[in-house]
Amino acid sequence: MASTAGRTLSEKIWDAHVVPGAEGGAEGAGHGAPDLLYIDLHLVHEVTSPQAFDGLRQAGRPVRRPDLTLATEDHNTPTVDIDKPIADPVSRTQVETLRRNAEEFGIRIHSLGDLDQGIVHIIGPQLGLTQPGLTVVCGDSHTSTHGAFGAIAFGIGTSEVEHVLATQTLPQARPKTMAVNVTGELPAGVTAKDIVLALIAQVGTGGGQGHIVEYRGPAIEALSMEGRMTICNMSIEWGAKAGLIAPDETTFAYLEGRPHAPQGADWDAAVDYWRTLRTDDDAVFDREVELDASTLTPFVTWGTNPGQGVPLGSSVPNPDSFIDESDRVAATNALRYMGLEAGTPMRRIAVDTVFLGSCTNGRIEDLRAAADVIKGHQVADSVRMLVVPGSARVRLQAEAEGLDIVFKEAGAEWRAAGCSMCLGMNPDQLAPGERSASTSNRNFEGRQGKGGRTHLVSPLVAAATAVKGTLAAPADL
Amino acid sequence: MDKFTTHTGTGLPLRRSNVDTDQIIPAVYLKRVTKSGFEDGLFAAWRNDPDFVLNQPEFRQATILVPGPDFGTGSSREHAVWALQNYGFKVVIGSRFGDIFRGNSGKAGLLIAVVTQDVVEQLWKLIETNPATEITVDLAERRILAGGEIDVIFDIDDYTRWRLLEGLDDIGLTLRRAEDIDAYEAGRPAFKPRTLPAHTAS
Ligand code: SF4
Repeated sequence: MASTAGRTLSEKIWDAHVVPGAEGGAEGAGHGAPDLLYIDLHLVHEVTSPQAFDGLRQAGRPVRRPDLTLATEDHNTPTVDIDKPIADPVSRTQVETLRRNAEEFGIRIHSLGDLDQGIVHIIGPQLGLTQPGLTVVCGDSHTSTHGAFGAIAFGIGTSEVEHVLATQTLPQARPKTMAVNVTGELPAGVTAKDIVLALIAQVGTGGGQGHIVEYRGPAIEALSMEGRMTICNMSIEWGAKAGLIAPDETTFAYLEGRPHAPQGADWDAAVDYWRTLRTDDDAVFDREVELDASTLTPFVTWGTNPGQGVPLGSSVPNPDSFIDESDRVAATNALRYMGLEAGTPMRRIAVDTVFLGSCTNGRIEDLRAAADVIKGHQVADSVRMLVVPGSARVRLQAEAEGLDIVFKEAGAEWRAAGCSMCLGMNPDQLAPGERSASTSNRNFEGRQGKGGRTHLVSPLVAAATAVKGTLAAPADL
Repeated sequence: MDKFTTHTGTGLPLRRSNVDTDQIIPAVYLKRVTKSGFEDGLFAAWRNDPDFVLNQPEFRQATILVPGPDFGTGSSREHAVWALQNYGFKVVIGSRFGDIFRGNSGKAGLLIAVVTQDVVEQLWKLIETNPATEITVDLAERRILAGGEIDVIFDIDDYTRWRLLEGLDDIGLTLRRAEDIDAYEAGRPAFKPRTLPAHTAS
């Protein structure tokens, strides 16, 4: 019977966070009011928050739950000379504004130089604050990363940041549900990044619009938490509202003992609850997508959106091969911007810069994988390689393992934590016409610097490419 | 927020799909701490090109943007909405939008009118043939009228429409429910994490 059908994981979490009553009060009730969703964890950074705090000040409103709020500095912070004042005065003002706002409103902040500073989506999980069953928001679209723990996590705009600061809630229309079933076993040398790049090429950049996506199946269950975060991170790149993965023993093992993980009796109660966070067998998704992991090979992008990708072993596609008119136009524009000719084998494309980092692939496991490839090799003379750990603690951990030495001996630059060249808000930018292989998530025109050309790749491909000077997989070395 | 009932103006045809918010305003322009002054960054990379549609004198006065599908995807930056508003746009008519961008627009008072791609194509033709074509977007009726040729109903969710028509402050509406929120909070499990007091790894 349809009325007794089970619920999906995202529906369970959603339902548990709807504040009973009608949004907008009696007045709003007749107007298709959305659900009012309670927010368990609100992460804040310097770029999308100043106008929100200003709004609070103007209205004389306090932050309702400073104890569910955490701020850090990441988007425009420098990755060199972090002990000196930020050189760019406008960036400095933005960072100082966040510090002042955090102090005024009583919010915990991890500032540049602090051991827990880092990319906002890396420090939440690292501190054990990101947990199963939560609602997590941040003024940043890659908040979807936190879904890897079985949380509903999504990016919001500045008006919504203000809304959450003031009320700890958000009016939200209930999204549709989708399952991405990743079957089969991932071949060696193929990573979570390749799964998600192949998926986006298959479903298109708008394919997930209006949906919360659950990634499931044996290939997902086999992934580490780092790999799961990489996949959930890029949910927004195919338009999904959020992406999540049911928590399991891998999740619990990652969380146990982290600074903010529950302890003692709380841990037991939490784990009991977390085990219920699964899609019921008889639940029905609004849509399902299939992907066979065993057929995948390293995947790279050739164009200017994350859906414009192909296997590394193939060639730049011919725009005429696209059936859809707007895809054809987009491909033509992309090839012009990227300075590429249709038919060129991807492996022939030479890059100037390799960027290893970001909230997609800036975790310790990513650095280990890349270091493993690079060890005993040299970065090609024609290439500059930037290694930017996702957080100060990832950096420390990597240094404790000697990874920094591996990278430096190979000729790469070892930097301090932050978003860095993922978006080029700080001095780490591509010059016009410069080409990069980047482990980040966006290859949009100018994303890494005006006129810069980005190929999205996995950490393994990034490392091999740095050595070869052309797009390459470790097997090519 | 000001009430939005109806707007009449001329249109700007932006024949591009997948215009993400990095294109609407690149990251280097996001460093301001105010909500104004972002018009300089609007479509910054394309503005250098004299042929770019925004640089055509006949479209200078346009207040209604008509882009291709999947406009406003990508980054959550509300600066994209402010940049469009700071420049003078009141309405965006298109067939598909990034979810966060659409939400941000609704909060900031920029009307997003969703129509089919066929209607977008018709509008493009009409505007390109005669840039002075008057377009009226009537929110109460959910109706777009253009050049005596187009008369269509557009999509917008009921709640956003109501808030825009009434000019209601979203936060104020939610704060009316403080008691509901208090009651919900009282029932939250003890094991849910808190950021304070701060714990860090030893
Ligand atoms: S690393 Fe890149 S994608 Fe991630 S939060 Fe920073 S700027 Fe955004």
